[in-house]
Amino acid sequence: MVAATAVAAAGVVLVAGLELGGYDAGAALGALWSGAFGSGYALLSATLVRAIPLTVIGLGFALAFRGGALNIGAEGQFYAGAIAATAVGVHAAAWPPAVAVSMVLLVSAAAGALWIALPVLLKVRYGVFEAISTLLLNFVAVSLVSYMVTGPLRERSGIYPQSDPLAAAARLPLLPGSRLHLGALLAIGIAVVLWVVMRKTLWGFQLKALGLSPRAALVTGGVGADRMLASALLWSGALAGLAGGLEVSGVSYALFQDLSPGYGFTAIAVALLARLHPGWIVLSGILFGALEAGAGAMQRDAGVPAVAVYVVEAVVIVTILVVDALFRRRQIVRGIQAGRVTA
Amino acid sequence: MSDLLELRGIHKRFGAVAALTGANFSIAPGERHALLGENGAGKTTLMHVAYGLVRPDAGTIYLRGAPVTLRSPRDARRLGLGMVHQHFTSVPALSVAENIALAAGWGVRPRALRRRVADVMGRVGLELHPDHRAGDLSVALQQRLEILKALASEADVLLLDEPTAVLAPSEVAGLFGVIDRFATTGGAVVLITHKLREALAATDRVTVLRTGRVTFAGPTAGETAESLAEYMIGRPAESAARSVSVPPRPEPVLTMRGVSVPPDRGQGTGLVDGALTVAAGEIVGIAAVEGNGQRELLRAAAGLLLPSRGTVDRVGAASLVPEDRVSEGIVPAMSLAENVVLGQGRSGSWVRGRLGLVDWRAAERYTAKLVKTFSIMAAGSMAPAGTLSGGNQQKLILARALESNPSLLVAENPTRGLDFRATAFVHERLRGAATAGAGVLFYSSDLDEVLGLSTRVVVVAGGRTIPVGPPLDRLRVGALMVGGTS
Repeated sequence: MVAATAVAAAGVVLVAGLELGGYDAGAALGALWSGAFGSGYALLSATLVRAIPLTVIGLGFALAFRGGALNIGAEGQFYAGAIAATAVGVHAAAWPPAVAVSMVLLVSAAAGALWIALPVLLKVRYGVFEAISTLLLNFVAVSLVSYMVTGPLRERSGIYPQSDPLAAAARLPLLPGSRLHLGALLAIGIAVVLWVVMRKTLWGFQLKALGLSPRAALVTGGVGADRMLASALLWSGALAGLAGGLEVSGVSYALFQDLSPGYGFTAIAVALLARLHPGWIVLSGILFGALEAGAGAMQRDAGVPAVAVYVVEAVVIVTILVVDALFRRRQIVRGIQAGRVTA
Repeated sequence: MSDLLELRGIHKRFGAVAALTGANFSIAPGERHALLGENGAGKTTLMHVAYGLVRPDAGTIYLRGAPVTLRSPRDARRLGLGMVHQHFTSVPALSVAENIALAAGWGVRPRALRRRVADVMGRVGLELHPDHRAGDLSVALQQRLEILKALASEADVLLLDEPTAVLAPSEVAGLFGVIDRFATTGGAVVLITHKLREALAATDRVTVLRTGRVTFAGPTAGETAESLAEYMIGRPAESAARSVSVPPRPEPVLTMRGVSVPPDRGQGTGLVDGALTVAAGEIVGIAAVEGNGQRELLRAAAGLLLPSRGTVDRVGAASLVPEDRVSEGIVPAMSLAENVVLGQGRSGSWVRGRLGLVDWRAAERYTAKLVKTFSIMAAGSMAPAGTLSGGNQQKLILARALESNPSLLVAENPTRGLDFRATAFVHERLRGAATAGAGVLFYSSDLDEVLGLSTRVVVVAGGRTIPVGPPLDRLRVGALMVGGTS
């Protein structure tokens, strides 16, 4: 219900904005649609390819947020994963493909976890708010990529600030006739695993309790927040790192600056729109993948700046927050009226 | 004398539940009026109607003889009503003076504010340091702040919702002093309570509610605990707390030696060099004034706080019934079954395999059984725990704690805010646990409850444990609690 409201509000704002801006809203939306879903190519090679990192990162964000921890640093963890994947992947020419691909994905996930390890340590040791520390490390990661592609990982020809291409063995298999890579199956698999963890395991349940009431989780459930949130955040970082690895070994085959069009931030909207539910995150990942894919077509064919799509993302987030706040407020008022103040 | 506040023929339904049915209430200037009833009888709802928090379905509110419509608490405050809620409403990060200013709608220019706050404190007869942070105050002092806030804008009707639930005996006397002073200056005080003794001792008139209907209204003088109890529950009540003599078995389930624990939440004395044993079959009651280390003693016994010195030895598992039900005992947004699963953790019989998969069906069946055997009033094991009344939440917490068969049961203020039927139920279950061979360690801010329920009493004062031998005399224990000797 909240999600539908958010999407509707975003649609209205987009149309109104286009009209006010003097654009032909019909033509712009038409271009957006055909760029995202208009052909088999658009769907498989543009929309779904972009949905993969959004979904994987969104799942990781949702995992940590269930327990009440905010990982705003997925963008940085994504880049850490991409750097690690590139560093391994360019040297994998002689390896069997299965080994090369597994290694690339493993080191990218490990790099993502490593990138969030410092914020986790600061949180557990000194109570530093993870939203701030993870966010700040994004800037470090972006600079690190710049350094890597102009220094240690620069292509041997030294012409462009980018890495050498990954060895063929380290590249993910593609769906024939498209650019859709194996990461799509992996993303769905991770969603299923996460669903099972959250729904069926004691660990997932305790994490949810921690997110709802840290005091009750500790006093009643004996759940220590530090340990629990540390592992949730590390997994969250690992998934963002994995998304970076998937992007390098499945799409770009090389590392360069601006590899991510802000996937790490958009994925927050993906997870919030899906109310943190793994199944819905896959669908909401596809929706935002479609927006990313359609944005280019809209700019090309209707002359509407692609940033209009970011307005849509922002409206989705704001709507969800506002509807949530109103809903909670109403519950509190009802609670008071029923003689139970639990605010 | 004409009435200051009158409620006539108030009806209010919440969904299928009739909270109030034709309730009448009136209070005159200078009157101290007890509003008595069990949990869920409609006491708080009736006062929320008077305070503009709840719109009645039918009925009229008169203030100084004139009918009024209250759209919000702001209207009520403007017309001279002040209310102190069960749950405090101060902003912890603001100072005492700032909180008062916030409630009264004053500006916060330091000098003017300081003068006005001093005026209010003088008028009401309650002192607090205006610059202290509200969050640093003890529970009793926070309540003082709430009263100051309610009276800051010259209210002449003061509504107090279960004000003594959080106070130690000596503090209750102080509160009643404030009430008396307010009444002698022409103010009217409504004391919402379910404690008969308080109604009899501190009020002039009493109105009793039972399931939303007024069953008695009249002068307090001439009524007895028995007569009021009968109005409340409709049949002669058996007297609540009675001492049992369970022969304590020798083996201790808890031994604490030289235990020091720093103050939890930074308040009070903490525990200093505490010693305590609890044997199987014993009910050890802790008598203490808030903030003297009893919280640290109990939580260290339950393994929730780590001592900075000393040893805590437990035989078998300990279970805690925490003081603050809503924030520590349950997760209100989660279902009853989920709350049971949370409480039992890994030891729950529904946790399967090394991965710790939860068999939710089994957990729900188990919860449904608890709901039945503890007669918890709930829409089912999947209902959110936050929808239960306070008494039923406590039953759920107790059921969960007892069904895990702990060798040591630790309970903090286990009957706080409960009516006496629920209180009797809790007492019965605690005795049952001891009879079944568990050691029970509990604290209550109600000294009579400690004396009535315990097989042995330990006073905690100034952070130190003081064992009390028989006879368990109220005055003697009370003297020890405030630091005197026996």
